[in-house]
Amino acid sequence: MKISAAERTANYVILIAFAIFALFPLVTVVVAAFGVERDAPGGLANLGVAWEMGHFGTYLRNSLAVSTFVVTVSTVLSILAGYAFGAMRFPGQTALFYLFLLGIMAPTEVIIVPLFYDLRTLGLTDTFWGVAMPQVAQSVAFGTFWLRAYFRGSPRSIVEAARLDGAGHFRTLWQVLVPLACGSIVTLVVLLFLWTWNEFLIPLVMLPSNEALRTAPLGLGFFQGQYTQGFALLAAGAVIVALPVVIAYLFLQRQVISGMLEGATKE
Amino acid sequence: MAAARAAAHPTTQRRSGPPGEPRLVAYLYLLPAFVVYAAFLLVPLGRAVNISFFEWDGLSPGTWAGFDNYVKVFTSERLRGAFVHAFVLIGFFAVIPLVVGLMLASILHRGKVRGLSFFRTAVFSPQVVAMVVVAVAWRRIYAPDGTLNAGLGAIGLDALQRPWLGDYSLALPAVGFVGTWFEMGLVTVLMLAGMGRIPVELYEAARLDGAGPIWEFFAVTLPGVRGEVAVALTLTVIAALKTFDLVYITTKGGPGQQTSVPSYEVYHQAFELGRVGAASALGVCLTLVIFAISYAINRVGDGAE
Repeated sequence: MKISAAERTANYVILIAFAIFALFPLVTVVVAAFGVERDAPGGLANLGVAWEMGHFGTYLRNSLAVSTFVVTVSTVLSILAGYAFGAMRFPGQTALFYLFLLGIMAPTEVIIVPLFYDLRTLGLTDTFWGVAMPQVAQSVAFGTFWLRAYFRGSPRSIVEAARLDGAGHFRTLWQVLVPLACGSIVTLVVLLFLWTWNEFLIPLVMLPSNEALRTAPLGLGFFQGQYTQGFALLAAGAVIVALPVVIAYLFLQRQVISGMLEGATKE
Repeated sequence: MAAARAAAHPTTQRRSGPPGEPRLVAYLYLLPAFVVYAAFLLVPLGRAVNISFFEWDGLSPGTWAGFDNYVKVFTSERLRGAFVHAFVLIGFFAVIPLVVGLMLASILHRGKVRGLSFFRTAVFSPQVVAMVVVAVAWRRIYAPDGTLNAGLGAIGLDALQRPWLGDYSLALPAVGFVGTWFEMGLVTVLMLAGMGRIPVELYEAARLDGAGPIWEFFAVTLPGVRGEVAVALTLTVIAALKTFDLVYITTKGGPGQQTSVPSYEVYHQAFELGRVGAASALGVCLTLVIFAISYAINRVGDGAE
């Protein structure tokens, strides 16, 4: 197809304008993070001041602990459940799968209300488990959906060959199918990490008084409410909270983008 | 997020061969996932329906209220208003990004430009940053002494300067525009991927028939990405209905109740006003709206294929 020089130039103008529009608000924050203000010495030192003032060291550690736990546990459980749904046949399969889908579609807003009051009765609010377990449940629902599609699509012949070699169902899964599913699992891990790291509502509700367990986005939310004298330190806090995810994104962008788009178009 | 993704295609198709032979050991593999899932998601979902029929402050024993809480969702001006605002946000989160995204993607698709991968990385970046960070950035832009007003002042448009998020009639569109910004990259990248899968022969055939760019768009491109349009709409509409973080950080539903939306209102009623029954009823309604909309979009989307 032939494209005139004028049209080509116009295309680049559109590309660049759109990219600037998308990045502008984020760049504003990064630039402001290094500015000089009353409490902010300016430059990289702002990150240090915000780190101290906003307790971001503790909050990042909490976020890392919650994310690691949620991603690890839900990936393992999703592999097991996805294997059952995708490679086996059993009574009630369809009904059970729809039950899982129901949970993926239900918004956090509706489950958080009873969760808070019931977990409070059990003494689980203001604990690590209160923050992590609801997110494991949500992640397992999505992960099962995601890996079921993968296991369904994996070639029968490989499973048959493994069985002829005398491998049981457990060995077939871990020694044959999981290594093949590596790409799919990596994408799942990246998506679950992003979603868990960025989650706000669950830690907000589940930690009514235990400040020591706050996650990074929650800490930023409170820092924003308390620190109102300027913007430089708040921006520095935002940079601290966003940085781990942005680094992961820059290294794994193909997985992130294709994962987010495929997760939507799978099946 | 996850919800939207799966919701985009809730129906299952058996096209990748028959599943394995019957095995009861499957239940054993399902058990751990199901226990956690049931305890922390399924049970709370059922409990939300249960609580929605009670008048309950979260402390003292609740009293049976029948459908009172649901009646309130439709009769209370505040709660009904929240749904109206949510539908306004759908315009900003879903409709505008879809129209603009389709246009941008078809222009870029026609003119095979270089540097597309850098472009994708850039416009997709809002999707990966925490909504709290996004909200902090936009609060700054909209602040009375913020970036937007400074920009308007610099080009002599002082008359347009205002506290955007505090403005009674402009706060909701201002919050909505954040959604437009947030979703536009996602939709464009999704459309570009869809257009890349349209066979080149279709374009050649259209051109032989003398089709111009506009005709080509409506005859070839748009029908070719019908599935992607359904996916994009499902993702963005659900995002528009689940705007808790954004509203909580930017406006807390204000000024007045101008930007209150159901997902914020659930939190506000349950944890700030102690009206747990009403909050649950509202949450159940929100869930039903999400189910209904994603079902409807996918019925229309599937009907096309």
